[in-house]
Amino acid sequence: MTASALELKGIRKDFDSGRKNVLNGLSFTVAENEFVSIIGPSGSGKTTLFQLIGGLEKPTAGEVWISGKLTTGSRGHVSYMPQQASLMPWRSVSANIELALEVAGVNRKEASRQAREWLDRIDLLEYADSYPHVLSGGMQQRVSFLRALLSPQPLMLLDEPFGALDALTRQQMQQWLMAIWEQNRRSVLLVTHSIEEALLLSDRIIVLSSAPAVILEEITVPFDRPRSPQLWREPRFNELKQRIHELLQ
Amino acid sequence: MGNKGWHNAVWPSVLLILVILTVWQLSVDGGLVPEWQLPSPTSILQEMIQGWPRLMLNTSATIKLALIGFAGGALAGFIIAAILHLIPFVRKAVYPLLVVSQNVPVIAIGPILTIWLGYGVLPKLILVWIVCFFPVSVAMLNGFKDTDPNLRNYMQMIGAGKWQLFSRLELPNAVTHLFSGLKIAASYAVLSAVVAEWLGADKGLGHYMILSSKGYETARMFAAVFLIVLLSLAVFGAVALIERLVIRWRPAKGGGRA
Ligand SMILES: Nc1ncnc2c1ncn2[C@@H]1O[C@H](COP(=O)(O)OP(=O)(O)OP(=O)(O)O)[C@@H](O)[C@H]1O
Ligand SMILES: [Mg+2]
Repeated sequence: MTASALELKGIRKDFDSGRKNVLNGLSFTVAENEFVSIIGPSGSGKTTLFQLIGGLEKPTAGEVWISGKLTTGSRGHVSYMPQQASLMPWRSVSANIELALEVAGVNRKEASRQAREWLDRIDLLEYADSYPHVLSGGMQQRVSFLRALLSPQPLMLLDEPFGALDALTRQQMQQWLMAIWEQNRRSVLLVTHSIEEALLLSDRIIVLSSAPAVILEEITVPFDRPRSPQLWREPRFNELKQRIHELLQ
Repeated sequence: MGNKGWHNAVWPSVLLILVILTVWQLSVDGGLVPEWQLPSPTSILQEMIQGWPRLMLNTSATIKLALIGFAGGALAGFIIAAILHLIPFVRKAVYPLLVVSQNVPVIAIGPILTIWLGYGVLPKLILVWIVCFFPVSVAMLNGFKDTDPNLRNYMQMIGAGKWQLFSRLELPNAVTHLFSGLKIAASYAVLSAVVAEWLGADKGLGHYMILSSKGYETARMFAAVFLIVLLSLAVFGAVALIERLVIRWRPAKGGGRA
């Protein structure tokens, strides 16, 4: 049996020297090439959880395992797509993607080759040498996703990647991301506030409670892939949506 | 901004200068102000033309002093800022002193430098060097620190180490700050070179001014002042030009329409 992309064992996180318990004993896994979403109320500790998985913070208790290695508190095992595209304004679009690959240890030539090849695939090659500020918000997020997808780390963390986009762009981006991911499977952990987004994209959904966060339920999403953009018409879809909605109340 | 906008912005100032020059010329010619106190624009111009070779000799000495001091001060400012930034303990100790010392008129230490190092080139260079050093180092230190927290978090998430954070985020982020420091340093470089020459030199515009003042050659002094202003503007303009060539990533500011 191959190791899970991510395994969390009893993760607990306190702030203010123990006075504020944010995460309380979280344990779950992300299998290799599985797409898992985390959904939970605002302030429930999702970003904190990502900081722990990324190694920027140490858990008060518990262990983080990535690809079969104990990585608690150590960095460099994940690729990341934040809510703000976070592209370096002084680097061209292509150079931004190359930077992510270089930090992950890919050599320069290979990084540049991959960046251009993929920018071509997503129809952004004409912007390869432009600075990010000329791109629209949606285009910037595409670049940001591509940067994470191409990075060789074994796990992708997406923290509300479409949260700053307008509703229409957001929908287009979900379809776009799903199409690319279904062709190029990676292990993904996504944080989102949108129940539809989680249902559309994920294999499994983890519902968190707030203050302190525990896992309320793990829901396996039963729809076949490739998924249709019209998924929301299915009765099953609306049932699940209803159920998650009630869990979050 | 279009060509027309530029003309509209400039011509009122040009007109004002012309009016001032005319009033100036007329009041000297009409005997309102004695020529030895305030020489007329035409006699200053005459003086410049007659004394051109000598003026140029002195000007080139001042340029050399200002530019070498500027380059050395800026380079040292850059290097010291990087070292301070990378060693937090040292930064904590030194940074407040740096900020405070910005408000000290460094030029005032010129005479002390002369006592210590004599009348050669070295004390003058050191003076210009120190004057240019402070604004650059303080600006760079701010630039290293003042990075976008989203970018910093992103870099740490993907596993960037301390050196990668510095070279890929903090250093490029500080480039805009570097130029604002360089512009301040540029506007002081020529001034401090001239002051250094006042303190004792055998060439340079500062030296020329002292000589002229001793001989009550007011027109010569005005000619020198005119050249000093011109030099100062030229150094500043050169830095501003290089900035525009280097920093091309910033979205165009203001309402400039294509
Ligand atoms: N460094 C810290 N010190 C103290 N408290 C913190 C710290 N970081 C986060 N918290 C607290 O932990 C809780 C969870 O915050 P977090 O940002 O992880 O929530 P979130 O689920 O990502 O929220 P949102 O959905 O709004 O993004 C909040 O109450 C926050 O105030
Ligand atoms: Mg968050």
